[in-house]
Amino acid sequence: MTGLEFEKPVRDLQEKIAELKSFTSTSDLDLSDEIEKLELRLKKLEDDIYNSMTPWDRVQMARHPNRPTTLDYIPCLFENFFELHGDRAYGDDAAIVAGIAKYHGQPVTVIGHQRGRDTKENIQRTFGMPHPEGYRKALRLMKQAEKFNRPIVCLIDTKGAYPGKAAEERGQSEAIARNIFEMAGLSVPIICIVIGEGGSGGALALGVGDRLFMLENSTYSVISPEGAAALLWKDAGLAKRAAETMKITAPDLRSLGIVDEIIPEVRGGAHRDAKKQAELIDAVLQPAMKELQKTEHAALVDQRYEKYKRIGGYAEQTTGLKD
Amino acid sequence: MAIKNMFTKQKPKKIKYATIPSEAAKQDVPEGIMQKCPKCKKIMYTKELEKNLHVCLGCGYHYPLKAHERIKILLDEGSFRELDAGLSTANPLEFPGYEEKIEADRKKTGLNEAIVTGVGTIDGYPSAFAFMDSSFRMGSMGSVVGEKITRAVEEAIRLQIPFIIFTASGGARMQEGVLSLMQMAKTGAAFKRMSDRGGLIISVMTHPTTGGVSASFASLGDFNFAEPGALIGFAGRRIIEQTIREKLPEDFQTAEFLLQCGQLDAVLHRSEMKEKLSFLLDIHQTGGGER
Repeated sequence: MTGLEFEKPVRDLQEKIAELKSFTSTSDLDLSDEIEKLELRLKKLEDDIYNSMTPWDRVQMARHPNRPTTLDYIPCLFENFFELHGDRAYGDDAAIVAGIAKYHGQPVTVIGHQRGRDTKENIQRTFGMPHPEGYRKALRLMKQAEKFNRPIVCLIDTKGAYPGKAAEERGQSEAIARNIFEMAGLSVPIICIVIGEGGSGGALALGVGDRLFMLENSTYSVISPEGAAALLWKDAGLAKRAAETMKITAPDLRSLGIVDEIIPEVRGGAHRDAKKQAELIDAVLQPAMKELQKTEHAALVDQRYEKYKRIGGYAEQTTGLKD
Repeated sequence: MAIKNMFTKQKPKKIKYATIPSEAAKQDVPEGIMQKCPKCKKIMYTKELEKNLHVCLGCGYHYPLKAHERIKILLDEGSFRELDAGLSTANPLEFPGYEEKIEADRKKTGLNEAIVTGVGTIDGYPSAFAFMDSSFRMGSMGSVVGEKITRAVEEAIRLQIPFIIFTASGGARMQEGVLSLMQMAKTGAAFKRMSDRGGLIISVMTHPTTGGVSASFASLGDFNFAEPGALIGFAGRRIIEQTIREKLPEDFQTAEFLLQCGQLDAVLHRSEMKEKLSFLLDIHQTGGGER
């Protein structure tokens, strides 16, 4: 299993325990007292390490190669997922998956960024970085959801929109802008959940909604820590510092008033147990869904507007110029 | 300038020290008597250039305009009433060195932020306006820019008048992190609100309009125009070249290139801007109101 740098002490101890266990089972010497002590120590060590993760640790966790993707969560969270394809104008972008499904018996539209789970799939899905046709497919199905009064669930997990020549030619900017614009006005509930990396405009194009949740170890930022470091300090090596300064973790976004609730993760990260993680998501998603469905459609759009209107930090003096 | 005046007027101006830039010109504020076009290197009198709406007389290069210069050449004289001039930048993420940078640009440009908003008229037709200014922090969008645009749109909705924005921005402001990103959603939602109420929105992209600004309000007009030669795009050229491992054509991401790709309604020369906007305001006179 791929482990992360900051988890090394945990891994070392786990290995030691496993060693002692195999030794006990093959020899006469009984070490179970010793093992019990070590297991207690492991629990404490895990508590220490996973409760004091730095922003950079969380970035690593959010990018973990085994971290569950949209297609890993969908079968755990929804029934009868039926994937639908294409933007009806250019093509089908595999970096976004979308379709209809049932959520606790009720019809919903599900849309999410989709990374590949190996190199081959990553190439096919352009590493989960969508082209304009991906965003337009998402918008087409969101409009369909609105027509049939289905709530929308968006799972966000992308480094950003694909930076390519063809993407620019086909209007990457316009596609992102259009999704933001239209999502602001959809009359059905929209719930967005950042499950991995929330990278810039490419994430926001599936991210305008009534509720925004983030998994405990996910990130959401205007630029990657590496990009920020290169731009601000001309040194991509300062990414660790940028991860702290830029305030990109779930707790940071909660305190900035952007995220409504943090979804806790399985100890050691979502990749340890995708099924259990889906249950933790469900525990937050279901009550939010119930609450939003009670809200009138027009009120939903107004509340969404107010929610975004409030975001920002600035100073204001009254000049007396405004009448 | 009338042809008959051409020689008589300029003759007495044989000033030998003309090209020596003033102290202010050295700090990026062109106040010299003469100017050299950065593109075709033609040397022109600043006065001449101003008369030509800051467009090179040789090659047609469109100089970037300061917000107040644009107001002066576009709006009816004295019609502009500024909104929210008292909004200023805080440092919401407590980003090191950010306040100093803002303060330096305030001094350099005389602006409070990278945008000026207000209401005014063009040929008597009222409209709300937003003018971005790339001389302030590259025109980047932080909380103040997002809030000022949103409030100007709200004012347009309230007064039932159109909204016209001139964009010039490198994108989201890094020092305000994800708060900058969220301004894309805030302004986008405001545009949607106005659009749903039947309001007319016009976006004119000027050099440069990139990143988070091009991927939000700049692309959301009922009409999307651009000035000739303006750089417009989502991702930066260098990043794209690194990703696709090939060299991009010279004109990639210019206004003309985008027009060919079907991403713009028209590329408008500065000399026809006022006339075209005036025409649109005229034929949409019923627009801008609550339906």
